[in-house]
Amino acid sequence: MGNLRSVQKAFEFLGFDAHITQNKNELVNASHIILPGVGAFADAAKSLAQSGMQEVMLNEIAKGKPFLGICLGMQLLFDQSFENGEHIGLSLVPGQVTRFDVTGLKVPHMGWNNLIVRDNALFDSEGADKYVYFVHSYHASDIPDEFIIGEADYGYRFTAAVQKDNVFGLQFHPEKSGDVGLSMLKRFGGLK
Amino acid sequence: MLSKRIIPCLDVHAGRVVKGVNFIDIRDAGDPVQMAKAFNEAGADELVFLDITASAHERSIMSDVVAKTAEEVFIPLTVGGGIRTVEDFRNMLKNGADKISVNTAALKNPTLISEAAEKFGSQCVVCAIDAKLRDDKSGWDVYLNGGRVNTGRDLLEWVYEIERLGAGEILLTSMDTDGTKDGYDLPATRAVSDIVNIPVIASGGAGQMSHFKDVLTVGGADAVLVASIFHYGDYTVQDVKDYFIKENIPVRV
Repeated sequence: MGNLRSVQKAFEFLGFDAHITQNKNELVNASHIILPGVGAFADAAKSLAQSGMQEVMLNEIAKGKPFLGICLGMQLLFDQSFENGEHIGLSLVPGQVTRFDVTGLKVPHMGWNNLIVRDNALFDSEGADKYVYFVHSYHASDIPDEFIIGEADYGYRFTAAVQKDNVFGLQFHPEKSGDVGLSMLKRFGGLK
Repeated sequence: MLSKRIIPCLDVHAGRVVKGVNFIDIRDAGDPVQMAKAFNEAGADELVFLDITASAHERSIMSDVVAKTAEEVFIPLTVGGGIRTVEDFRNMLKNGADKISVNTAALKNPTLISEAAEKFGSQCVVCAIDAKLRDDKSGWDVYLNGGRVNTGRDLLEWVYEIERLGAGEILLTSMDTDGTKDGYDLPATRAVSDIVNIPVIASGGAGQMSHFKDVLTVGGADAVLVASIFHYGDYTVQDVKDYFIKENIPVRV
C-alpha cells in the first residue's frame, strides 16, 4: 500500500475533489483515475486483480479516461517486472521493470533528482531544472522512445516518466515534490 | 544527479515547536504547521517533527499537527518520538506522515522494524540511533531513552541488523558531537555509511558550513539533519544551498 492520503491531500490542496475508493461505480463515474502505490509489485498486482478493480479500471482507460500511475502504480503499467521473480503487469505501456544495476551507489534510489523532461501535457517545459522526489529500487526498462516523457540519472539514465495516449506514469512522487510536483498534478487534473 | 538533502528538524512539545526559527512573516514561531510551511518555502528538502512529549494525551495532539501539516506541505515529512507499535505507525501514516522514525522501541523490539517494513514498506521506516564512542575507542555503543541508557550494543552490528530487518534509512546522531558545533562525527558516519546500502542522515554537531561538506564527502552521508544552526538564525536553508552549489555538492535548486 502507498500513502494514498498524501496523493489525495495534494489534489484537495489544488482544489480537486479526490476520493480514495474501493467502489467500482465510483471508478466509472470519476473523471480521472490515479493509481498510487509503494510496496512490492507482486502483492499490488495480485490485490488489484482480485479486488475486481483492475477490470473496471482497464475499461475506463480504454474509453480514454485520463489515468496516472505513481511509483509502483507506474511500474504496474508495463508488461512484466523482475522484482523478486517474474511477474506479469498490465501491458498498458510496452516495457519491463528491472532492478537498479549500479555499483558504488545505494539502492534504493532515494531523494531529490533532476527530471529531464520532454515536451508533454504534464510538464511545464519552461526552465531546465525540475527536481522531484524518488524512492525506488526498480525502474522501467526497454521502453520504446516514443513513450518516454521524462528521464533521470542514477548511475545511468533511466525512464522516470511515460505516456501512452491517456495513460501517464511517474516513477517519482509528484505529491511529495513540492511546487514542481503540484504543478504536474494540476495539469493532470485539468486534462479532458 | 541525486541531491544531498538538507532536513530541518523541529522539536515539538505538546503541539508547540520548541526553539522555533524567527522567519520573517511568521506570526507564531511556535506553530509547527506555520514553521513547516516556512521551511518548505525556504527550500528544505524534507522535514522532521520530533515529538518530545511525555504523555499519551499530548501525543494525540501530534497526530493533529501532522494531519494539518500534510494538508499544506508537499515534501516528505518524517515523524519521530514515542512511536512504539505498528499501530502507531499506521496512525501517523494515515494522518499524512511519509516516514516514521523509531529509536528506543526498535532497540527493545527489533521486529517492529520488520513488521512495519512489511506492512507499510521500507521507505517509511527510519531508524534513529544515538551512538557514543566507547572509552577504549574500539567502536561506538548504541544508547536508548534519548541517550540516557547504554545498551552495550555495537553501533555497526546494530546498523547491519536494522538494514537486514528492512529499515529504509538511518538517522545517526553522535552523542560525542551533538551540541558541540564542532562538526559532525565523521568517523562514525563514515563507518555506518560504508557498511549499509541504505541512506544515512547525519545529525549532531553542525556549527559552520564546512561541517556539511565534510560529513557529506568524508563522512559519506546522504543527508544532513539540521536543528540549532537554523534555530539560532546563524544560517538559512538558502545559505546552505548556496554553499553547496559553490562547493559542487549536488543540491536541489
